[in-house]
Amino acid sequence: MAEPFIKIENLSYTYEEEDANASPVLKELSLRIEKGEFVAVLGHNGSGKSTLAKLINMILLPTSGKIFVKGKDITIENMRDEELLELRKTVGMVFQNPDNQLVATVVEDDVAFGPENLGVPSRKIRERVDRVLRDVGMLEYAKHEPHRLSGGQKQRIAIAGVLAMLPECIIFDESTAMLDPLGRRDVMSAIEKLNREQGITVIMITHYMEEAAVADRIVVLDDGKMILDGTPSFVFEHEDRLRECGLAIPQGTELIHKLRRAGISLEGECVTLEDCADLIERSLENKGN
Amino acid sequence: MKGISFGQYYPARSPLHSLDPRVKIILTLLYIVCSFLCKNVLSYALLLLSALLLVALGRIPLRIVLRGLRGVLFVLAFTALLNVFWTSGEVLLFEWKFIKIYLEGIYSAVFIMIRIAALIIGTGMLMTYTTTPIALTNAIEDLLSPLKKLHVPVHTFAMMMTIALRFIPTLTEETDRIMTAQKARGADFSSGGLIARAKALIPVLIPLFVSAFNRAGDLATAMECRCYHGGEGRTRMNVRHMRFVDVIPLFLIVAFGAALIVFNILAIGYTL
Repeated sequence: MAEPFIKIENLSYTYEEEDANASPVLKELSLRIEKGEFVAVLGHNGSGKSTLAKLINMILLPTSGKIFVKGKDITIENMRDEELLELRKTVGMVFQNPDNQLVATVVEDDVAFGPENLGVPSRKIRERVDRVLRDVGMLEYAKHEPHRLSGGQKQRIAIAGVLAMLPECIIFDESTAMLDPLGRRDVMSAIEKLNREQGITVIMITHYMEEAAVADRIVVLDDGKMILDGTPSFVFEHEDRLRECGLAIPQGTELIHKLRRAGISLEGECVTLEDCADLIERSLENKGN
Repeated sequence: MKGISFGQYYPARSPLHSLDPRVKIILTLLYIVCSFLCKNVLSYALLLLSALLLVALGRIPLRIVLRGLRGVLFVLAFTALLNVFWTSGEVLLFEWKFIKIYLEGIYSAVFIMIRIAALIIGTGMLMTYTTTPIALTNAIEDLLSPLKKLHVPVHTFAMMMTIALRFIPTLTEETDRIMTAQKARGADFSSGGLIARAKALIPVLIPLFVSAFNRAGDLATAMECRCYHGGEGRTRMNVRHMRFVDVIPLFLIVAFGAALIVFNILAIGYTL
């Protein structure tokens, strides 16, 4: 089998500073992520999902275990600066609070920050900035000041800032958690577009089921361990297991499950609200016949 | 709070706005030097004229520039009065008990007012009104870059300035939010003496500091993730190339200084 894009082996992590016998946040986690995949990492607060993100980007070093990105071990100590920059260029990260990740006072300057750090020639930076701002639908705001934009717009600027480094993978660490529904929808559609149209590997850390439903694959973490791994419809089948770790399946899916339990036959998968509506419609049509 | 604008930048399209900020900084320094060259009526008149000319060049309404002078009105009046009463000379205009006012005193009062006003208008027009804070920061970084050879962390200081400017509106909003939250719980910020009011601000400042430190931590992580590793090997998207038009003002200011000196030598009218 070919080398996966990201390979995680027996990864454990314990936050040391608090107290000596703190329990590990991640326990012997193993995971493989292929190039171009759209993976949602679901978990309740404290399940270790954000820690996982920080480990992949080498903000944290694991207590034990290995992480390979494109076949390269990134958990070695004393990594050379060039290697570290190369990793962070390959795997970009968008954080939760849009205000705390924008550096410059003008949108386009902020987007240029990454490529400037990488030493890209000026003219090329200009091209990239214009292109990625168009990709996230924010080109008309290029000269604006970030603090005057809405949360969703700021978050799309943050995405553009990462995109400008031409990453192969972007990790979204609860990037929609602080946004209003409208902003969340805009950011989600921007993320989907990146994955579908540009083939960028997306690792989306979230606790919103509705967002996870969009992914190709869902990994559910609970207490530092992986408890479920599969397609959204597979994961949503395990309603009880999810409930145990404090997660609820999307309402549409829950409705279908309840209808099935009540003895109504509904054929097919149900992940999104649209699926739910389709299934019910089809079932009613069948009845009519 | 959304409408907050910091600095005095006044957006407009003018020759001064489009001038290279690096040149503007040098011009400002030279302008300050020139203002101290003035010695007689003619040269002070030229200084005043140059300040008005700058306002016209910057295409900024005169009332906005004058509003900027309002803050220093007291200083202006105070220094003028000092000069009127404390300068002694030959032509006595008025005498009452120990107060003696000489013609020279009136002159030097007018001169000092012109000088201060011209300094404020001139530097304001050349820098703060016509240049964005971020452009100024970049220009200062460029001008000081030779100091890098002496291991002065010029880039780091410029980065700190940029981040400070970026976070002023964010932290202002945050202060507003905390104050509203404290008011909702019965805090009173607007009554009592100075000490009582200062004490009332403590419950605002502590959460503000905590949040500022959290933000700083988040920002540092985010910057690292975007490959920030100091100024080394860094490029810029907007590189300003010095055009010929940008050099002309430098010749003009030298001519201006020369004219002032010539006027001083001619010594027409009252000379200090």
